Amino acid sequence: MIGSPAIETENSERTRILTGDSSGAQMLEISMGPHHPSTHGVFRMDVVLDGERIVKLKPVVGYLHRNHEKIAESTTYLASIPFTDRLDYLCSLTNNWAYALAVEKLAGLIVPERAEYLRIITAELTRLQNHAGVVGFLVQDMGASGTPLMYAYKQREQILDLFESLTGSRMMCNYLRFGGCRADVPSGWLEQVTKVVDEFPRFLDEFERLLMGNEILMARTQGIGLLSKELAINAGVTGPMLRASGVNYDIRRVDKYGVYDRVEFKVPTGEHGDVYDRYMIRMLEMRESVKILKQALRGIPAGPIIDPKAKLRGFRPKPGEAYGRIEAPKGELGFYLVSDGTPNPYRYRVRPPSLVHLTILEDLCLGHYVADAVIILGSIDIVLGEVDR
Amino acid sequence: MDLEQIKSDIEGAVPDSTLRIILNGSPSAEHSLLIDNEHAREIAFFLRDHPKYAFDYCSNATGLDWLDTESTQKVKVRKLIEGVEQEVEESQKTLFSGYLESVYHVYSMSKKHGPLVLRLRTINRTDATHLPSLTPVWRSVEFQEREIFDLFGITFDGHPDLRRLLMWDEFTDHPMRRDYVEPDDYEYEPTAHDEVLEKAQRHITQLT
Repeated sequence: MIGSPAIETENSERTRILTGDSSGAQMLEISMGPHHPSTHGVFRMDVVLDGERIVKLKPVVGYLHRNHEKIAESTTYLASIPFTDRLDYLCSLTNNWAYALAVEKLAGLIVPERAEYLRIITAELTRLQNHAGVVGFLVQDMGASGTPLMYAYKQREQILDLFESLTGSRMMCNYLRFGGCRADVPSGWLEQVTKVVDEFPRFLDEFERLLMGNEILMARTQGIGLLSKELAINAGVTGPMLRASGVNYDIRRVDKYGVYDRVEFKVPTGEHGDVYDRYMIRMLEMRESVKILKQALRGIPAGPIIDPKAKLRGFRPKPGEAYGRIEAPKGELGFYLVSDGTPNPYRYRVRPPSLVHLTILEDLCLGHYVADAVIILGSIDIVLGEVDR
Repeated sequence: MDLEQIKSDIEGAVPDSTLRIILNGSPSAEHSLLIDNEHAREIAFFLRDHPKYAFDYCSNATGLDWLDTESTQKVKVRKLIEGVEQEVEESQKTLFSGYLESVYHVYSMSKKHGPLVLRLRTINRTDATHLPSLTPVWRSVEFQEREIFDLFGITFDGHPDLRRLLMWDEFTDHPMRRDYVEPDDYEYEPTAHDEVLEKAQRHITQLT
């Protein structure tokens, strides 16, 4: 595009009118997606380019919309759990937890201690496999084709195997129930987890040795997609994205849901809020997750795994409403439920982190090269199943 | 969070504002604050910028649809029946008009407290469905208000870019409304083929 003679076409004329640009430079309007390998699903960006610089970017979503919320309103509370697996399909166990937490708040259920520990273990394993996938894909987006991604996926596979032996499914786990978990662990499972967790830092060391000081990676990521602290808070950015901008806010710390008040961990924060910081925050969070897992595996008590008072069938919470939220790997995942005393929720709302993060995609990309938009999107870490619902 | 305290503080800072606390009967006990539409943005700015509250982060914005409801009451009425005055029971119907609601869950990241639940109500569900947009206060609700506009049909005044988010632009209805009836076929489009069929049908009936 750079250096090519300015050919006046009808399209560029239209773009000029669209952007209100009167400098005479040729603008190019590109539709990136919906079927583009870098968009991590069916997602489209309407980009207006000046040469290779982005001057305007509008995200277009809705290709996977199936009105998940309406489906949930026409079915029982329990029957929505498998549907929540399909929201952020990489992290089904944390989706289950956010939904279960909201229902438990709504109905006042108490979760037994063993179930809380199982929830922490499965949630942190989910965080490990999500972050491993994200950093792998991020490097893949930069052009390091295959090798680093496969290193990350090798590790992710081991965790998915653990999920399979616990829940029967590798990705669509459908494991939590209101007031506990569906099934106790199979014999020897906790030992398997310990083994995988103990080996995980070796992968992190290897990955960091391979990439952290890499000149190309630093050139492509440092100073790209800067997100200021103030904008991050005002725009509702949460999770690793927020902490990369230097805000110390982790819902595991703030709300202390589950038994997160009993485990010790640090909340890593970044300084610059660029793509490199977001990448590094995820690497550091994986180390903290390993720490949490080791403590949880040591501390897990024996006992029941579900509240005996929790009814699975004929479950009717009292009229009222509740908002439950957790720190999902991608940010704050919230469920807002309104009950009118019937077996079906009157209102069922999912607050997806990915959709809220897309609000500021344009702010992050303006002025950068079009190739950087791919990396910035990768560092946001969206899943379209959750954006479109 | 002491909701009464917040209410009186807002009333002190934003005169003429009318606020109401909506109680929540579930064990979660998250009571909410119904704020009036004229002063909504002023109240939101107050809550965001006041150093005591500093609600700098709006996590969730969503819509709610409450249908028109009817309640029947038995009333005793004196009436002339066959020339004799008698006391008769009659049922009287009262119609409560429904409304749309937008609900905001607001937290403070600097003070680490929350949630505060704010509600806004429209006048009815049909023609007066305008609410003030809170996007100028909290940028995080930009896409969420677009989604409410798309699925519930609440128009947010002052929103910078109010378009449909999830459904396509040509779509006319609002699928998350409680009385929404889905069409038989979303993909239906009249084609020339159907006209041809109709013509053929006419031809057959004329022949016979």
